[in-house]
Amino acid sequence: MSPTTTATEIAAAVRGGEQSAREVVEGYLSTIADREHEVHAFNLVLEEEALAAADAIDRRAADGEDPGPLAGVPVAIKDNLCTREVPTTCSSRILDGWKPPYDATVVERIAAAGGVILGKTNLDEFAMGSSTENSAFGPTKNPLDASRVPGGSSGGSAAAVAAGFAPLALGSDTGGSIRQPAAFCGVVGVKPTYGMVSRYGLVAFASSLDQVGLLGANVADAALLQEVIQGHDPMDSTSIPDSPPGLCERLAEGVEGVRVGVVRELVEEANSDVAGRLREAAAALGDAGAKVDEVSIRALAYGVSAYYLIAPAECSSNLARYDGVRYGLRLPGADITSTYGATRAQGFGPEVKRRIMLGTYALSAGYYDAYYGQAQRVRTLIIRDFEAAYEDFDVLLSPTAPSTAFRFGAKTEDPLSMYLSDVCTIPSNLAGDPAMSVPYGSGDDGLPVGVQIMAPALGEILMYRVAAALEASHG
Amino acid sequence: MAESPASWETVVGLEVHCELRTETKLFCGCRNAFGEEPNTNVCPVCLGLPGSLPVLNRRAVELAMAIGEALHCEIRPSLFHRKNYFYPDMPKDYQVSQYDEPINVDGWLELPDGTRIGIVRAHMEEDTGKSTHMGGGGRIHDAAYSLVDYNRAGVPLVEIVSHPELRSGEQARQYVSELRAILVATGASDGKMEEGSLRVDANVSVRPAGSDAYGTRCEVKNLNSLRSLGRAIEHEAIRQARVWEAGDVVKQETRHWDEANDRTVAGRSKEEANDYRYFPEPDLLPLAPSEEWLARVRSSLPPMPAARRARLAELAGTEPREVATVVDLQLDHLVLAAADAGADANLAVRRVTNEVAADPVRARQLDAADFAKLVLLEAKGALTPTQAKQVLAEMLDGGGDPEAIARDRGFEAMDLGALTTVLDQAIAAHPDEWERLRDGDQKLMGFFVGQVMKATRGQADGRAVSALLRQRGR
Repeated sequence: MSPTTTATEIAAAVRGGEQSAREVVEGYLSTIADREHEVHAFNLVLEEEALAAADAIDRRAADGEDPGPLAGVPVAIKDNLCTREVPTTCSSRILDGWKPPYDATVVERIAAAGGVILGKTNLDEFAMGSSTENSAFGPTKNPLDASRVPGGSSGGSAAAVAAGFAPLALGSDTGGSIRQPAAFCGVVGVKPTYGMVSRYGLVAFASSLDQVGLLGANVADAALLQEVIQGHDPMDSTSIPDSPPGLCERLAEGVEGVRVGVVRELVEEANSDVAGRLREAAAALGDAGAKVDEVSIRALAYGVSAYYLIAPAECSSNLARYDGVRYGLRLPGADITSTYGATRAQGFGPEVKRRIMLGTYALSAGYYDAYYGQAQRVRTLIIRDFEAAYEDFDVLLSPTAPSTAFRFGAKTEDPLSMYLSDVCTIPSNLAGDPAMSVPYGSGDDGLPVGVQIMAPALGEILMYRVAAALEASHG
Repeated sequence: MAESPASWETVVGLEVHCELRTETKLFCGCRNAFGEEPNTNVCPVCLGLPGSLPVLNRRAVELAMAIGEALHCEIRPSLFHRKNYFYPDMPKDYQVSQYDEPINVDGWLELPDGTRIGIVRAHMEEDTGKSTHMGGGGRIHDAAYSLVDYNRAGVPLVEIVSHPELRSGEQARQYVSELRAILVATGASDGKMEEGSLRVDANVSVRPAGSDAYGTRCEVKNLNSLRSLGRAIEHEAIRQARVWEAGDVVKQETRHWDEANDRTVAGRSKEEANDYRYFPEPDLLPLAPSEEWLARVRSSLPPMPAARRARLAELAGTEPREVATVVDLQLDHLVLAAADAGADANLAVRRVTNEVAADPVRARQLDAADFAKLVLLEAKGALTPTQAKQVLAEMLDGGGDPEAIARDRGFEAMDLGALTTVLDQAIAAHPDEWERLRDGDQKLMGFFVGQVMKATRGQADGRAVSALLRQRGR
């Protein structure tokens, strides 16, 4: 099994009976066995379950059934997505021993499409962080340079794809948690439109910003997985009723006449080498027939500030349930209040505690309007400014992150500098719009640079077409 | 019941939590049922398991709108918020509830005596689980351990908040009684206070009679019946009046009704020091029922108790409170059937209130057409009141046509000629008594009616005998 084989090729081969799902899975398991000890992409590899699932797919194929569009394709699952009877940890001590009694909707859909769940990938605790350094189980290493972070919070998923452990992975993106690690690891990462992919079974961090998305080695593979997981889910009230069909078929339609806006404020945030690659990417799109121009979106400057009020506020409420009463860690105290205190003090890491405290404060009586209320008004401004920009442009272009993958420890002592590494990705979460990161060359340090393509809500097809054009131009 | 001192006026506002009678819970497909094995009607959503999400129950929204309509509220687009606080019977450690944009606002409820009590709001929220604290007097802080049943977690509630316009424990009882009847009529509630389907908290304060200002209020909880509601308010009002009269100050606090000892006791003040950090629930969309949907709910509502009382009172030519029993027991159809048949509605109301209501279970099986026929027979004098009551009793017992029952019992009203003959015989047999009656001793009217009744074994109409006696006496 060559790690350069794409998901699209695997599915075609398994559906066509040219390759067994077992062979595919065994190939990836062997790559994992070789290198996982130096990468630590996974919290758990589901070797037996994956082989059993592969055998079931092979039996269906032998019986003449079509196992589905993901036939035999291994998929790594971020460990904040529920998997039935399989530990789901969110890389936190507080969920110690907990096994969900149900599968997330996206996990169900992957299995129903013939995909094979390969394992649960590492993340910053409860998806709060940009480097996986906040995992209770130790960080994931960037497979391209072990001294660098893989990005976060979906660092385990990005590293798994980059290391060839899995052709595809699921992640979640609240402020850039798919796109930034995708950029750092040199893979494709997609945050779909808010509501396009069900959140049922995604352990909530900040519900109004959280979006399940995906990572893959190339644009076509990403489109393949998005088509499988998107679409209305009656279990998620914020799920969009219908999704635009035909994503995979339309990838190659090109960008002739597409209006591309390069967002000045976000380019200015980037290091010069990253900004340089971005300009080259813009020029390449121009060569391919797109109309490229610069655009200024001033409200984006306030994105990080608004985000770090809204996200912690929702997190403080979403994480209240980890109280030692029903599941996970429990440190019994003399009474219920001390049980809560001891359990949460021991169970949560420092970054999670910091955000719970920030959010609790932001929602407190007397402060609500100045903090949470004000942040929501800024959010509305950002949505309006995006809408105005989309009157003149079909998609927007920016760096995915201001820099390439940074070194371990570089930002752990300064939470604010860590927060600012999400400056380019946060606005799309605030607006609920789709955005994706595509690798485009490398920085002065030789590490990959990611280009971010943003589109208006439900603008996935055009966004993927631009990504495919960028990928093609890069050879 | 104890009375508060006359120099003090009691001021009461009520918060009533009504469990909605839906098939399933507010945000998931678990059954909404009472009295089952603990923790059997649960799923990832109502247990608040990580990753689960709420989906709003359409039927619960319809019942909430029906309540709003029945309470003359403005029904508006609304929002769910999260009310954040830690408690073991609340699976998510927040309660999904409507806060500053509730579905129903500004309504009123009319008591049987015509008094209107203002309704501030009637909003939707989810119920919590149920804790049982073992040892330590049943309070969480002293308990050895606690058991939690999450079957109730996520059951849909509507909380109905009144203005502080009630002025006594008795009036509060009337309010809850009327509200219960309305909630049952809308189909929103089974009205069972004893099963917790209807739970009442009372905000009680007192003020000097004649004052318009509000005194410091206490919230009295644990009111599980109409009886404890009335008693708790009266006792709390007396307690507060005594505190003020002693020159002390009433503290704002939560108090619990101690049924066994006829008193309210203070809760722990620590339990109240909560900042709920409300914010809009991001997992649910704003709720904006369409005009068509609201119109469908409106048109499917049956008439409410006040309207039914007004109709029956008009038919019977009486006051609405005189027909309250008929409406309370849902026996309107009997009176309406009698009136439709051309019988005296007032007589029908009296027969329902005095005879039928005594046996509410069998009353529901009573055939309305048979009842109407009975009232007609009595009204035209074919049956005496005594006979009518006996026939009615038999109808309640096993049913049947009143004419047939009357015939079997030999209840045939005597014609005037036969009655005159019997009366003449009685007068002839008792000449002295007849003399004294003619001299004006009215006590002897009863004597002669009794003689005729005896001779006819109760078949004579007493009123007809009296009328004959008066004619003769002239």
